[in-house]
Amino acid sequence: MPTPTDTAAAPIIEFRDVEKRFGDNVVLKDLDFHVNRGERVTLIGPSGSGKTTILRLVMTLEEATDGLILIDGDPLTHRIVDGKRVRLSNREIKRTRTRIGMVFQQFNLFPNMTVIQNITESPIHVLGQSKAEATRRAKDLLHQVGLDDKADAHPSSLSGGQQQRVAIARALAMDPEILLLDEVTSALDPEIVGEVLGILRRIAETTDITMLIVTHEMQFARDVSDRVLMFDGGSIVEDADPDTMFTAPSHERTRKFLKAVLGEGQIGTR
Amino acid sequence: MLENIQATVEAWPFLAQGLWVTIQLTVLGSALALVLAIILGLMAGAQHKALAVPGRIIIEFFRGTSLVVQLFFIFFVLPQFGVDLPGMVVGVLALGLNYGAYAAEVVRGSIASVPRGQWEATTALSMSPVHRMRRVIFPQAWALMIPSLASLMVHLLKGTAIVSVILLQDFTFHLDQLRRVTDTTWAYAVVGLVGYFVLALVLTLVMNALEARAKHRLGRGPSLREILSPTPTSKDNLSTAGSAI
Repeated sequence: MPTPTDTAAAPIIEFRDVEKRFGDNVVLKDLDFHVNRGERVTLIGPSGSGKTTILRLVMTLEEATDGLILIDGDPLTHRIVDGKRVRLSNREIKRTRTRIGMVFQQFNLFPNMTVIQNITESPIHVLGQSKAEATRRAKDLLHQVGLDDKADAHPSSLSGGQQQRVAIARALAMDPEILLLDEVTSALDPEIVGEVLGILRRIAETTDITMLIVTHEMQFARDVSDRVLMFDGGSIVEDADPDTMFTAPSHERTRKFLKAVLGEGQIGTR
Repeated sequence: MLENIQATVEAWPFLAQGLWVTIQLTVLGSALALVLAIILGLMAGAQHKALAVPGRIIIEFFRGTSLVVQLFFIFFVLPQFGVDLPGMVVGVLALGLNYGAYAAEVVRGSIASVPRGQWEATTALSMSPVHRMRRVIFPQAWALMIPSLASLMVHLLKGTAIVSVILLQDFTFHLDQLRRVTDTTWAYAVVGLVGYFVLALVLTLVMNALEARAKHRLGRGPSLREILSPTPTSKDNLSTAGSAI
């Protein structure tokens, strides 16, 4: 469990001069930032500003083209050996990867498995939990997301909101230290967004999981975040606590963005 | 006409033997083709060049050379190097290699068309590549590949006819015998047509059932039992019937 001294020690996520390019297209350049253990950090900014790429780098779905990413002080995909940037072995990458979980915009539940199988598959086969243990934990998580009766249902029979709640339970079943939330409500009907955000709020309140969030739900960002990072063109424009960010942003670019997202006159109303 | 029917009835034991050889070639050839297709398809779709390149070469080689030539090669050329195989083995081998190479492309393509999000979810859950393929990707790709595999199997069934060139006495061989005592129209256009069509029909029905089962497992479409039962017995119908009472 984290103590204040831990928090002061090593950040749980650290980006050092990270660059990510796809061909000639530079998505992130010389990016430096860190997230402390237990911190909830939301990334905001216009689409194409590199927010989702950051989550995908942390989840190792993409690999940085330059720079280093450290998880709890350990290199994630690359380390520096004799001044050269060297990729870690797949085994080493996997060891760090198991500490990280992700919830996707499109849920990505496995359609060939029931809800409970979706949740227990990796705890059993990757973490080596017994079936009984994994099932007990999965049922507990299903209870937390309000889907006790859906354990044996197929994902295709669930609504989008229910599927996303299963996806949240599935990510939590791996007991991640870091939870990445990638626009988890963007694919949902507006009236369902609330139920998913409610569950995430409760997880934020009742656990100390570090969260890195990309969302367009500014109220949610304001409620759960300890810190908000404003991105534009692959770099950080502004780094502030949510109240400052949403009421008194210091950069013109942030003001413009928030005005566009929240509407005229919204900034500073709270 | 009557004479033709009589001759066919008399020839039936031989025709049945021929049908049995054709069925064996089809089933065993398909089984070999499927195994090769999965191995070659996984190789060709692999990230590692050391797997992908040999896979690609083997697929292109067996797709690009004709079945008859392969058959002749295995039957007439290999014995000169001391590899002397029985006709049935040669037939199964040639059919399996040739159609397996075609089917490998189907396997590779189906695996590649499983949505990216599924692959990414397995990474986010730290699954190993083997675990991911076995438990998540392949079961979904399987449902996609069955229709194409089914049509390749029907092709393979029809392809078995050419094994008579290596003196294997399959259905076509015995049709030719029948033609000598009846006439060409009767033997090929009636007996042959019906015989192959019925075999292909059975094959198609079996593959359709497999497809329905695979789709049902992905939560798409009714279960096989629901399809086969004469009266609808799906849960929805039962519950509406129940509430009506």
